[in-house]
Amino acid sequence: MRNSDPGRNKLFTRRALIFGGLQLGLFGTLAGRLYQLQVIESDLYRMQADDNRINYQLLQPPRGRIVDRFGEVLAVNRQTYRLLLVPEQTPSVELTLGALENLISLSVDEKARILKESERQRSFVPITVRDNLTWAEVSRIEVNIPNLPGAMIDVGESRYYPYGPVTAHLVGYVGRVSERELTGDPLLALPQFRIGKNGVEKFHDVDLRGEAGSRQVEVNAYGRIIRELARKDGTPGNDYMLTVDIGIQQFAASRFGQKSGAAVVLDVHSGDVLVMVSTPGFDPNAFNVGLDQAEWQRLVNHPRAPLTNKATAGQYPPGSIYKMIVALAALEAGLITPEHRIYCPGYVELGNRFFHCWRKQGHGTMRLVDAISHSCDVYFYDIAKRVGVDAIGAMARRFGLGERSGIGLPSEKGGLVPSRDWKMAIYGEPWQKGETLVIGIGQGYLLATPLQLAVMTARLANGGIAVRPNLVRGVVRDGTAQPTARGAAPSMNLSPAALAAVIAGMRAVTNDPTGTAYRARITDPEMAMAGKTGSAQVRGISKAERDSGVIRNKDLPWEQRDHAMFVAFAPVNAPRYAVSVLIEHGGSGAGMAAPIGRDILWETQKRDPSRRVPGTVAGEEI
Amino acid sequence: MRYAVGLNRARLSLFDKLLYVNWLLVLLICLTAGVGFGMQVSAASGNLQLWAQPQMIRFGIGLFIMLTIAVVDTRFWLRAAYVIYGLAFILLVVVEVIGETGMGAQRWIVLGPVQLQPSELMKIALVMALARYFHGASLETIARPVFLLPPLIIALLPAALVLRQPDLGTAAVLLMIAAAMIYLAGVKLWQYGVIAVIALGAIPVAWQFLREYQKTRIMTFLDPERDPLGAGYHIIQSKIALGSGGLFGKGYLQGSQSHLNFLPERQTDFVFTMLAEEFGMVGALGLLALYALVIATCFAISMRCASVFGQLLGMGVTATFFFYVFINIAMVMGLVPVVGVPLPLISYGGSAMMTLLIGFGLVLNVAVHRDLRIDRRGRMVGG
Repeated sequence: MRNSDPGRNKLFTRRALIFGGLQLGLFGTLAGRLYQLQVIESDLYRMQADDNRINYQLLQPPRGRIVDRFGEVLAVNRQTYRLLLVPEQTPSVELTLGALENLISLSVDEKARILKESERQRSFVPITVRDNLTWAEVSRIEVNIPNLPGAMIDVGESRYYPYGPVTAHLVGYVGRVSERELTGDPLLALPQFRIGKNGVEKFHDVDLRGEAGSRQVEVNAYGRIIRELARKDGTPGNDYMLTVDIGIQQFAASRFGQKSGAAVVLDVHSGDVLVMVSTPGFDPNAFNVGLDQAEWQRLVNHPRAPLTNKATAGQYPPGSIYKMIVALAALEAGLITPEHRIYCPGYVELGNRFFHCWRKQGHGTMRLVDAISHSCDVYFYDIAKRVGVDAIGAMARRFGLGERSGIGLPSEKGGLVPSRDWKMAIYGEPWQKGETLVIGIGQGYLLATPLQLAVMTARLANGGIAVRPNLVRGVVRDGTAQPTARGAAPSMNLSPAALAAVIAGMRAVTNDPTGTAYRARITDPEMAMAGKTGSAQVRGISKAERDSGVIRNKDLPWEQRDHAMFVAFAPVNAPRYAVSVLIEHGGSGAGMAAPIGRDILWETQKRDPSRRVPGTVAGEEI
Repeated sequence: MRYAVGLNRARLSLFDKLLYVNWLLVLLICLTAGVGFGMQVSAASGNLQLWAQPQMIRFGIGLFIMLTIAVVDTRFWLRAAYVIYGLAFILLVVVEVIGETGMGAQRWIVLGPVQLQPSELMKIALVMALARYFHGASLETIARPVFLLPPLIIALLPAALVLRQPDLGTAAVLLMIAAAMIYLAGVKLWQYGVIAVIALGAIPVAWQFLREYQKTRIMTFLDPERDPLGAGYHIIQSKIALGSGGLFGKGYLQGSQSHLNFLPERQTDFVFTMLAEEFGMVGALGLLALYALVIATCFAISMRCASVFGQLLGMGVTATFFFYVFINIAMVMGLVPVVGVPLPLISYGGSAMMTLLIGFGLVLNVAVHRDLRIDRRGRMVGG
């Protein structure tokens, strides 16, 4: 039929035009939408496109090294090698694994894990075949790399402590960042980042850490890195040079053997810590990888507390070592002279209580020098009673007891020097006179750390200068060494005569044949030392036991034995080094602690680290 | 009205016919396809062989088929319209049955170098069948409600089959083609309104028949953010690509969203996004203008045609082309759900391109036979 119907043709034309208009309108909608997306909201989408495309990656800065006073490395970043496998670079993962099997042993489980991961991951994501490869394994793989498609060796860094347990407490260790340690710094969230967990590593963590660098990479939708867009290298952490001499430190640690204790050696003039050991130790390298639960529990529950730094965090009654403080308090108060004499019958009676001397039969008549040399308890009961607890406490604080030294180590303890006010505040009871007598022999509420006793000894030896212990010799910032700034230590304004009297007593302890530690003396007159023994009781002795004879230490269970302690300085005529030794439940200070203290002090003097030029290798001049 | 004798001849020589082919339309089609080749090279990151070359070969074959269709006597197409519709319908059923029984069965058939999906073929067949149906009807005939039943059935049956496949996009396009053609055929507006109301009422019913993933697609369209890594990922990434292209684009081969694989299906359904990312709003509007020119030319050809069959055939193909363009671009810009409709002449793939070139062949056929008056049965009417 012809389309000659004009009405029909008109209708078609009209409707076609309406339909065309509709199409035009819809095209207009599309153009409007284009305008909205590409002009109005373009900035937003451009940002999102860059977010898609650009990944920011943090670059971990190398952690600063820690070295001893002569530059011997105590903590360093060591390269570790791991074997990776990139599935897309091998025709068959199984094939490569099969070839690898001839070079490193692979268990069935390991192979299963690798195959499973290779199926789950995108094929360009490297799979870790083995961590911590030995050098021999690395060599074997490198030689055979043409036959190992997809395999590659990845070099990482991990912290290494060459001296292990010997420096574990001092240097500390690093470990994985725990939930609590997260500060919002993205560096801490990196899986391979390690944070200082103890010792210098913890105390100076931020400084050792350095500043993170960053890089921008372009990635595709699957996360594959296409190219690097920008890179900002970070700042490496600062190197720390400590004051310790690792040679003496090692010697001291070996001298302790299996005993539980601590030793500190100070330079009496500078306060430099030359030795700080705490035994038993632990392997700080193990924390880097991560301990398993059983190992961790074993360390935590070990009766000899290997994780505690007993030199700064172990608190013990100072025992007879406190007698120097009591004597100085009495001398400075003018209550006695060095020639003051007291008769020791073996006990003192106060009210209806008896206070016993360690020598049941008594010492007879004692001058101050004899009382120190023989460690006569009765003499000090007597003068303590005259001086009073608060004056003794004041003198103790002048010597650094009862407060933290601020040496710069985490979890340092302050010890305890009691006073009348203290007892009222804590116990709500007035001070008893008998308690003053007990304070006179360094027992009772008194607590001190081996470090504090070393500081006390150093201050006695240097003529009453209030040196502070110092652990950091300098920091290497941006390649230049910055020595630790130190002002001259203030004088304690003690009377030279009083000090001389106490030191005469200490000299007699180790040099008079009747002294408690004569057997542990240093015979070389150039290196001779002055010291004081201490045997701090950790249990009460009942009247019945006292009557039947005090049980000897070696007959008691370990944890009830006295703490054996010894402090000394040398050379006696021109003091340079002070030592403090503690052996937990070691028994007698003279028998157990003094020989170790003597050996350490002797070794220190032989090496004489304070006078050697820094930078020479330890041991060179021996 | 008087027409030039030569044009109203029962038989035109091949030379005459080629002379009357609308070469402007052929040129515009080639231009659009050329843009497509360029985008195929970009989608393959500069590789000519991967997608551009097969696309060019397909286009060459399609062009030949298009011109062949154009010069065949239009009365042949009129007479063959129902047969072709019937064939397409049978193929659709066959593919549907095989698809149901054989797992993973292909939904297309191979005709030599050409692959054709029955559902694609059905678009053209539906246009032809409806044009044929309304060709001989007077306005009075069309006004009879009963007369409207067969075209509705002609449209709804294949749409239902395609929806079962399930191919939401094609089903929608089929229904829209039918709607446009019934409207253009001159159906009374109140009748049209009744059909529209019934169709809208059928939506909740149809919703029940939708598969879960189709529902998800529609829900994701309504709120793409609710599943940013799953179903909404495509549309979010597409909007980012478009928006980040800005006014002038990132430059050819420089689209970061496209070339870093954030943009899915960049050589097929999302090719417009890649073009808009690399050439910006200027490039995107340029392509829209090119499409508008194609449509306008087809419009002019259809309006100029003397026969109802030619008018409706031309407008039907034009509508099909328009729906492809609109749905695809609206889809990648987040205006309509992601239904898997390619961008005509530009998206990689043979089936849609072949359908479109066959359709354009019919439009050119209308142009060649614009002055031919034909009766209901396809006979020439003397004038």
